[in-house]
Amino acid sequence: MTQRTAYLNARLIDPATGLDAIGGLLVEGTRIADFGPGLFAGGVPEGVTAVDCTGLCLAPGLVDLRAFVGEPGFEHNETILTASRSAAAGGITALAALPTTDPVVDDVAGIEFIARRARETKLVKIFAYGALTRENAGKELAEIGLLMEAGAVGFTDGGPIADPALMRRALSYASTFAQTIFQHPSEPRLAGGVMNSGEIATKLGLAGIPPMAEVIMLERDLRLVEMTGGRYHAANISTAESVNVIRRAKARGLSITCDTAPPYFSLTEMDVGDYRTFFKLKPPLRSEMDRRAIVEGLADGTIDAITSDHQPHDQDSKRVPFAQAAFGAVGFETLLPLVLDLHHKGQVPLARALAAITHIPADILGLRRLGRLAKGGAADLVLFDLDRPWRIEAEKLASKSKNSCFDKRPVQGMVMRTIVDGRSVFTRAA
Amino acid sequence: MATHPHDIDGRADSFSHRHLLGIQGLTAPEINLLLDLADRYVEQNRAGAKSDLLAGRTVVNLFFENSTRTRTSFELAARRLGADCINMSVDGSSVKKGETLIDTAMTLNAMHLDALVVRHQESGAPKLLADKVNCAVLNAGDGQHEHPTQALLDALTIRRRLGTLKGLTVAICGDILHSRVARSNIQLLNIMGANVRVVAPPTLLPSAIGELSVEVHHSMKTGLKDADIVMMLRLQLERMQGQFVPSQREYFRFFGLDYEKLAVAKPGALIMHPGPMNRGVEIDSLVADDIHRSVILQQVELGVAVRMACLDLLVRHKG
Repeated sequence: MTQRTAYLNARLIDPATGLDAIGGLLVEGTRIADFGPGLFAGGVPEGVTAVDCTGLCLAPGLVDLRAFVGEPGFEHNETILTASRSAAAGGITALAALPTTDPVVDDVAGIEFIARRARETKLVKIFAYGALTRENAGKELAEIGLLMEAGAVGFTDGGPIADPALMRRALSYASTFAQTIFQHPSEPRLAGGVMNSGEIATKLGLAGIPPMAEVIMLERDLRLVEMTGGRYHAANISTAESVNVIRRAKARGLSITCDTAPPYFSLTEMDVGDYRTFFKLKPPLRSEMDRRAIVEGLADGTIDAITSDHQPHDQDSKRVPFAQAAFGAVGFETLLPLVLDLHHKGQVPLARALAAITHIPADILGLRRLGRLAKGGAADLVLFDLDRPWRIEAEKLASKSKNSCFDKRPVQGMVMRTIVDGRSVFTRAA
Repeated sequence: MATHPHDIDGRADSFSHRHLLGIQGLTAPEINLLLDLADRYVEQNRAGAKSDLLAGRTVVNLFFENSTRTRTSFELAARRLGADCINMSVDGSSVKKGETLIDTAMTLNAMHLDALVVRHQESGAPKLLADKVNCAVLNAGDGQHEHPTQALLDALTIRRRLGTLKGLTVAICGDILHSRVARSNIQLLNIMGANVRVVAPPTLLPSAIGELSVEVHHSMKTGLKDADIVMMLRLQLERMQGQFVPSQREYFRFFGLDYEKLAVAKPGALIMHPGPMNRGVEIDSLVADDIHRSVILQQVELGVAVRMACLDLLVRHKG
């Protein structure tokens, strides 16, 4: 008989519909059978397992727009199993994996490999980006149509497409299949440095990456989008001027989307401090003015989504001189509390903050049934305590790599349980 | 002047053009005249007959770009009309453009030719020559501009099979961007009252294609729906490898003509291809060889007749 579970007395939050009310939710098998404020008012029917959620929020499971899951080729940093455990611990029920693996996911076999490993691991839902160009080399288009048919949810090289002619063709060609190009806007000939250019970089004697490297490519891309009518998403927006550029583009009716990641609204270049390599990110942590602009962009919807930008690296990649250290930080398990931080500080309303990590990224990936509460929809849920304070400890992360840039940071909001297709894939020990 | 057996009811004198540089500039009556005349040459060729209409005239095939099919077709056309025909192949890479092309033209002009058949890799080159010589210039394909005799032979093929071009829906599929055949055909079919569709990924379409009185489709499923004619274009090998489309197999999967994609077209829709074909890239071999639907070999046959008609009209009343 189908397993039935009732989640009682929860604060039901569905950013897609604006629902925010105390109520119940019934899971039958893998699906949401029913939910609402009045559900179970007459008691829980027989044969239904009851879970009391008093004091907790029940929301759609988080949809992570972008993460690196290590397989194939970087299993010393992360595997699909450790990535899945870490994502589940972060309340993430679905994620999109970057194709920047070894070999690069630029063929049908690569997409099928990720899907098979995710199926075997059976924790969170893992979707795959296809490489936009063969070998991520930025020269020739990958087989976008065939990769789409195999299940690719979008196309990216995980880094910038520098050649404007190729970008133009990519936007045009992908539009044939209604596929989105996920660009990491950064002009490589300007972005050769290792941290944000400015006073700190100057004092530390480190080569700078100017904010303009991001803005110039973004502006170029938006012109190409206008010309081609292609679908475009800008990943990891980090500068104030980028937010302005996107805000203006949206105001003139351009249908584009973008995201940022928690470091860019939580940290600044000051955090790099004394050559702290765990704060070496790409794009780099920017100025306080940029950070504030990112927060504003999130509040007014200019920035659509927030991603974990999970980039696991082993200790050896970070315990080296700053210039030689790898770029990136893990992010699955710190995503929700840092997003909730925006709400706790009164900077972004709760529903808007949660939208940026649920139905909006799902829509951007074309996964229009995910990231929302819907009768008959997949029971992908996160149960969290909105207010519970705790301190992030990198050593306790489930990710195989511990390169967090939020180690020792006090936060508020804790994932208690993560449910994928009706099954609890993470339950916090009481 | 005595009435010629191919005088087409006296209309031949109404063809006032000195050159055939493109379909652009031709009218529907002029196109019909060329096709009517070509029809008679089809019968003449099938009967194995020759004519001496252009006896003593000289036609030069001046080809700056490799071509076997078109050059042979023009050569046969000239010889079947009794003209002397000389082939000049010029290696494009050794020719400095502009001044040297004009020098070539002036040199040939000094030899008192009657017709110059020109193929050149640069759009507009035949026009440049036409401005400098006293003989008729026939464009046998210039860059990505026009290939008028191909469009005329396509029109003749359709007309002989379906009676008319008016009201037919013609889907031109493939590399429109680099195709002079497509540009000539789009114009001719529009002049003759056909409905023209182009079907290609946007990377293989000129950005202003919408201005050319065509319906633009990016999917074979919608583009071929209820089409009377499916006209496939050749995809050059160097354009298959990631610059314009990712790969041959992806191109074939989404834009190659096979029976599955053809199923949405009208029953019995004709299949055309200007050749040479890339079997398994833009067209499935079974479809290309389907004797009931593929008119690809007939296109080749009618090409000679069309070129005879063009040479006839441009040369016989001159000088």
